[in-house]
Amino acid sequence: MVYSFPEEVLEYVFAFLSSDKDRNAVSLVCKSWYEIERWCRRRVFIGNCYAVSPQIMIRRFPEVRAVKIKGKPHFADFNLVPERWGAYVYPWISAMARSYPWLEEIKLKRMVVTDESLELISKSFKNFKVLSLSSCEGFTTDGLSSIAANCRNLRELDLRESEVEDLSGHWLSHFPDNFTSLVSLNMSCLGSEVSFSALERLISRCPNLKTLWLNRAVPVEKLASLLRRAPQLVEFGTGACSTEIRTDIFSNLVEAFSGCKHLKSLSGFWDVVPAYLPAMYSVCSRITKLNLSYATVQSPDLVELISQCSNLKCLWVLDYIEDAGLKALSSYCKDLQELRVFPSDPYSAEPNVSLTEQGLVTVSAGCPKLQSVLYFCRQMSNAALIAIARNRPNLIRFRLCIIEPQAPDYLTLEPLDTGFGAIVEHCKELRRLSLSGLLTDRVFEYIGTHAKKLEMLSLAFAGDSDLGLHHVLSGCESLRKLEIRDCPFGDRALLANAAKLETMRSLWMSSCSVSYGACKLLGQKMPNLNVEVIDERGPPDSRPESISVEKLYVYRTVAGPRADKPDFVWTMDEDGALRFS
Amino acid sequence: MSLPKEHDYIGLTEPSSMENSSSSIVSTESEKNTVLNLKETELRLGLPGSDFLEKKAGTGISLFGKDLKDEGNNGFSQIPLKNLVSGAKRVFSDAIDGSGKWDFPINGGSEVDLGNGGSENTNTLQSSLAGPSGKEIGNRNPRKPVEEKKNDNNSAAPASKAQVVGWPPIRSFRKNTLATNLSKNNDDEGKSGVGSLYVKVSMDGAPYLRKIDLKTYCSYKELSSALEKMFSCFTIGHCASHGLPGQEHLRENCLKDLLHGSEYVLTYEDKDGDWMLVGDVPWEMFTDSCKRLRIMKGSDATGLGMTCNLLSFLVMTI
Repeated sequence: MVYSFPEEVLEYVFAFLSSDKDRNAVSLVCKSWYEIERWCRRRVFIGNCYAVSPQIMIRRFPEVRAVKIKGKPHFADFNLVPERWGAYVYPWISAMARSYPWLEEIKLKRMVVTDESLELISKSFKNFKVLSLSSCEGFTTDGLSSIAANCRNLRELDLRESEVEDLSGHWLSHFPDNFTSLVSLNMSCLGSEVSFSALERLISRCPNLKTLWLNRAVPVEKLASLLRRAPQLVEFGTGACSTEIRTDIFSNLVEAFSGCKHLKSLSGFWDVVPAYLPAMYSVCSRITKLNLSYATVQSPDLVELISQCSNLKCLWVLDYIEDAGLKALSSYCKDLQELRVFPSDPYSAEPNVSLTEQGLVTVSAGCPKLQSVLYFCRQMSNAALIAIARNRPNLIRFRLCIIEPQAPDYLTLEPLDTGFGAIVEHCKELRRLSLSGLLTDRVFEYIGTHAKKLEMLSLAFAGDSDLGLHHVLSGCESLRKLEIRDCPFGDRALLANAAKLETMRSLWMSSCSVSYGACKLLGQKMPNLNVEVIDERGPPDSRPESISVEKLYVYRTVAGPRADKPDFVWTMDEDGALRFS
Repeated sequence: MSLPKEHDYIGLTEPSSMENSSSSIVSTESEKNTVLNLKETELRLGLPGSDFLEKKAGTGISLFGKDLKDEGNNGFSQIPLKNLVSGAKRVFSDAIDGSGKWDFPINGGSEVDLGNGGSENTNTLQSSLAGPSGKEIGNRNPRKPVEEKKNDNNSAAPASKAQVVGWPPIRSFRKNTLATNLSKNNDDEGKSGVGSLYVKVSMDGAPYLRKIDLKTYCSYKELSSALEKMFSCFTIGHCASHGLPGQEHLRENCLKDLLHGSEYVLTYEDKDGDWMLVGDVPWEMFTDSCKRLRIMKGSDATGLGMTCNLLSFLVMTI
């Protein structure tokens, strides 16, 4: 009988539950389980930093060791969220500094992190181990110096894709001489050169180092020396590889790589001279992840490398690979699960490479395990999309970006509704979808009907009317995040599906047709949502209510309206008045 | 509270009397001409999705009622694809005709009522949308590329497209990587201004900084006037120029009165991390090496290795 188990037994059992979903379910069983569970939860994930306050988190979960927090909406990656919008981490750090002295892990995404925050982290948590700042900004290398100097037990420092004000490379030298615990270091986003000898010494004295992503400033001729000191590396990112090829550099590199028997992931390769690529052939057969998206190398050289990577699971590459290269990929890499093809020249009017929809079709046919796709191209057809859907019903993520907005099926000049319709119909496990090209409301009807597991949907320049939005909001049962730009969606669908918004994490709509009046109404009627209008033209009150707002961000929250809004963000409130702090 | 105005963003303007959407479900025009009736927008917190609609269908209170359900069952599946295509094409041509919300007048805002008999609402929409202040440089109407293609009046077909903010969806660090690569590999003369190069611009004393794309300018003059517009709310000083002959820079645009008060200097951080005065090197060299910009107070700039005797330098030109 459940009620005769002592708490300690239940706590022991709960400790085996790692997924948040399971823990959330457990905490709903009864009050005593709620209490037991909350005292033993060690990891908390907060998908939207404004959905809950630090105080609420701390009050419910007093013994947390690891926190992951996400801030700005995804479209901030593409400059659609103005500077100073928010997502400041300092209040979280300061609250946790007081209440979680044993905190070990902080992982942040799209948040504003200041040097002050970093210094506070470095001084407040004695057993601090993991700092991961993904796509963050607001700090300088001085902040990194604090982390390096004070976090004696640091294992991971990951700055992936963050914007760091690079004052100097001196921060790395702040790791003390007796510091040996480093397991993972990702400094690829930094510009400045770090002291190479300090880097060498750091690597030499950290025997558990598994992941090292260098920055561009480390030249290729210095790589061999680093690799020789860390043959145990599993993930390695080079710096720039543009030094003119020389026999001694090349042979050193070959030798160094051949000593790395555990290498599984390679990245970097900025400006790589193709002649360097063969230096890696000895490790290719073990490689499962390859990021060549900074390598401006032509297709034949890429194929040479890829053809040796029979165990490749994940490839990021520029469209220099072309259809021919993708065909080779599909024949050599049968284990491929994820493919991302980025555009080398997205702003020119004419294509600069021979990469078309055919490349993706070929990969979908040849790689049975393919489940995750991000593909930039210039032409697409319904026939191709239908083929892809039929080939790969196991797709989980499908993000297609046809570079020209509203480009139709290039063969028939029709919208791409049926093509994407086939994708959602066949790929029943699809969780993430980004659409592009010419699309009418019909595609949304298909999505609403079939995409029952869809969690995230990104739309741009699509649809004809509110009906499109209504199909999505009323049909997609699993929808959590919806981001829309430049679509003719207005008030009706939004207001009719207001309750749906409480079941989602967030909704972003920019350059659509949602009127200020509708935003006000939504804010008034839905107290559990923050309805934020972003408008750089001045207070929405100064314009007629029927005028569309520039940007709208709606998210569910238990923390009420946020207090740190900049002067171009207004919360639509229940008392009908505008509120900005 | 008065009834909100019609939402006529495609510009198919027959400001008809209030239509219930039960009629003419096929054409997208009528969809848009339906007036937003406040009573219909009164929210009922029912379950999301069709259940909600079903419950309310009888009372006709929901916005869509059973009309949408009907549309879902019958209307849409019966529409021949051709009509949908023409509907979509109409959207394009409407944009070109200039009616409706999706078309910004290229000249920037004062032209109203480009459409045929556009309602008052359309004008208001247009003029409000077309009159930005403080908008990021490069934020343009998404339909612009279409317009440029179809307008034969364009004097020169641009080698690169008019850029829409955030499209295609590529992260800034990738864009900057590409820009560097392209400028190195680019041999063709025809290609110019490809790629983008976002740099941050800060100004001493200003509460926030902005980001600009250096590739959207071709000269110091353009950059200067763009910056001036961006930071125009702060005092800008003018001054005589400093310059070396034979170089394309701020020199020809100089000479404003010195009496404007505070003096600012435009500086940039180059690839080596040094702060330099903007204007000394040829434009291309500048864009190749500029990592960020800073508008600093003239008094702070004296240590920047200038050979000129002038104590203050021109920053902003008109």
